[in-house]
Amino acid sequence: MSLRLDELPLRRNATVSEIDWAGIGPTEAKRLREFGFDEGVIVTKLHTGPIGRDPIACRVGRMTVALRRKVAGAIQVVEATA
Amino acid sequence: MNPAPLVALVGNPNAGKSALFNALTGARQKVGNYPGVTVERKSGRFSFDDGRPVELVDLPGTYSLDPTSPDEIVTRNVVTGHQTGERVPAALVIVVDASNLDNHLRFALQLIELGLPTVVALNMVDMAERDGLTIDVEALSRELGVPVVPTVAVRRRGVDQLRAVLGSIVGTGAVMPRPVTPTELTALQRRARAIASATTTRPVALRGGAERIDRVLLHPIAGLVILLTLLFVMFQAVFAWSEAPIGWIEDGFGLLQGLAADALPPGLLRSLIVDGLIAGVGSVIVFLPQILILFLFILLLEASGYMVRAAFLMDKLMAGVGLSGRAFIPLLSSFACAIPGIMATRTIDDPKDRLTTILIAPLMTCSARLPVYAVIIGAFIPARDVGYGIGLQGLVLFGLYITGILGAMLAAFVLRRTVARGASGGFMMELPRYQWPDPRDIAIGLVQRAWIFLRRAGTLILAASLLLWLLLTFPQAPEGRSQVEYSAAGRIASGLEPVVRPIGFNHEIALAIIPAMAAREVAVAALGTVYSIESDDEAVLEQSVTERLSGRWPLPTALAFLMWFVFAPQCLSTIAVIRRETNSWRWPLFALGYLFLLAYVAAGATFWAATALGWH
Repeated sequence: MSLRLDELPLRRNATVSEIDWAGIGPTEAKRLREFGFDEGVIVTKLHTGPIGRDPIACRVGRMTVALRRKVAGAIQVVEATA
Repeated sequence: MNPAPLVALVGNPNAGKSALFNALTGARQKVGNYPGVTVERKSGRFSFDDGRPVELVDLPGTYSLDPTSPDEIVTRNVVTGHQTGERVPAALVIVVDASNLDNHLRFALQLIELGLPTVVALNMVDMAERDGLTIDVEALSRELGVPVVPTVAVRRRGVDQLRAVLGSIVGTGAVMPRPVTPTELTALQRRARAIASATTTRPVALRGGAERIDRVLLHPIAGLVILLTLLFVMFQAVFAWSEAPIGWIEDGFGLLQGLAADALPPGLLRSLIVDGLIAGVGSVIVFLPQILILFLFILLLEASGYMVRAAFLMDKLMAGVGLSGRAFIPLLSSFACAIPGIMATRTIDDPKDRLTTILIAPLMTCSARLPVYAVIIGAFIPARDVGYGIGLQGLVLFGLYITGILGAMLAAFVLRRTVARGASGGFMMELPRYQWPDPRDIAIGLVQRAWIFLRRAGTLILAASLLLWLLLTFPQAPEGRSQVEYSAAGRIASGLEPVVRPIGFNHEIALAIIPAMAAREVAVAALGTVYSIESDDEAVLEQSVTERLSGRWPLPTALAFLMWFVFAPQCLSTIAVIRRETNSWRWPLFALGYLFLLAYVAAGATFWAATALGWH
């Protein structure tokens, strides 16, 4: 079942199924690519910020990346079964 | 004679580039600026084993050759041979984090495409080993087509071998880099990932350490409590640890003044050197201990990897006024001094975010305001208890800090919608792994900061002190007339008086705020001079100014004076730093204008409100 990265529960692995690159803005989209976000990559949501659970820290590849909920909302993921 | 060949050190942020730079060059480093941009150029020299000298330049860490920030533009221009004032590099040293090859190899691949002689430093192999990763160095070298040397920069491991390999590839013939091939980032990333997985044997469990620490440090409640505790300790240290060294510096300058006064005949020259130059420069150098302590904390927090976590915790709060978590650190530093704070904005890559942060940094209550606040509060605010053991004086001081913060937030909110309008730069950062800071790297960083500060004290502050002395000394008053009143500064004060009269200021205040343009705390000394107190020692001076002032001004005037100092941009060094960091006169002038306007309105409002309330 597909859900947005900001909706993914903490410490759950998921595979990125689709990224709405156009909806993010060119600079942020470029950074996201540089941090290794890509369709098919496995992400794990690790931590959320103290106010409004924003920003979000997640692991992608071997990096931990912090991003705002707004950007995370453009990333569709499919939760890994098991 | 040909200059030594230039070698550029490039890599992703958090690859351990600076540590490798320090390991290769030692303390022989030069920090400057690239012409026309506010990007630091850090270079150092070393020799190959056969004695050939080489210059190593540490380029800003970036993730790709597709630039967005000024840092990234410089990196791209240097490696492609297009940077003004920089030679084409004879070779590249690409630094990659051995435990994050997936990501770092993408940038490495882009750099190798340039066709320059290249060596890859496979850095932090110890961390990778600890994570259970095994990397086939030979296979990696084959895949990349360039030599690969495993290193642990902080332990100086592999550095000799790296130097040897570099020596063998730096030739005499100049190679022009090929133009950057516009490859899709994602395609490059997939290639990098393929190479990484082909050359790395990875364990099942990944990177548990940082995550466990982050569960505490990024915890919504515990994380905030730890951050606030750290900040509290830092501010305590800035004031407590600096007390003794500040005393030594003051004693030293006092001694110097005494020596100069004895050695020189009375007259203008003695006055110039003793009252103008030594006193002026000394009044600024006393801040060196505080600045160094603050920088010690900032360097430690940065090197350990905590700084990004602090930005993470504060991001949402900063987003409320259109800034990002990255602005938190520069603003925090500005509580000690706006100068290091404004210099620290270089880490903000969005230009609008950065400009806004620079413009509001002077509103954070810096340590130079404390002497002024202490004197005025001591003289006009009664030392009584308002209940619950809270003193009125402390409450007023706290209120001044809060007013500064609220003013800054309001200013950011307005600036982000006017002169620095634009979509928010957002917040996206890599949370690096935690590591123990290397004492040597920290020491090198501290020495560089101290040097930058002292150089400024020796040039700009020296010139400003000279100018002030001239204004206060000429024209010479005839017998029986007050020199202060008769001087050019006194006349300017008389001209200024009608302007500041509506906000409750008197002639003495008008006179004191002119020399305070150089540095705020000079206002205390100036008031001392105006009320003609003969004392050179600052502690005695403060005490007696306090005693002298109490009862002299109506309370509304005193409150207006405090409010003025919350906002007024009375610090030449800050204006000079804004000029340097924004690379134009436009923004320092804008900052002067809007801050003086705010100061005038706030002081006036305070004066009239207090008068209307019948406080006196």
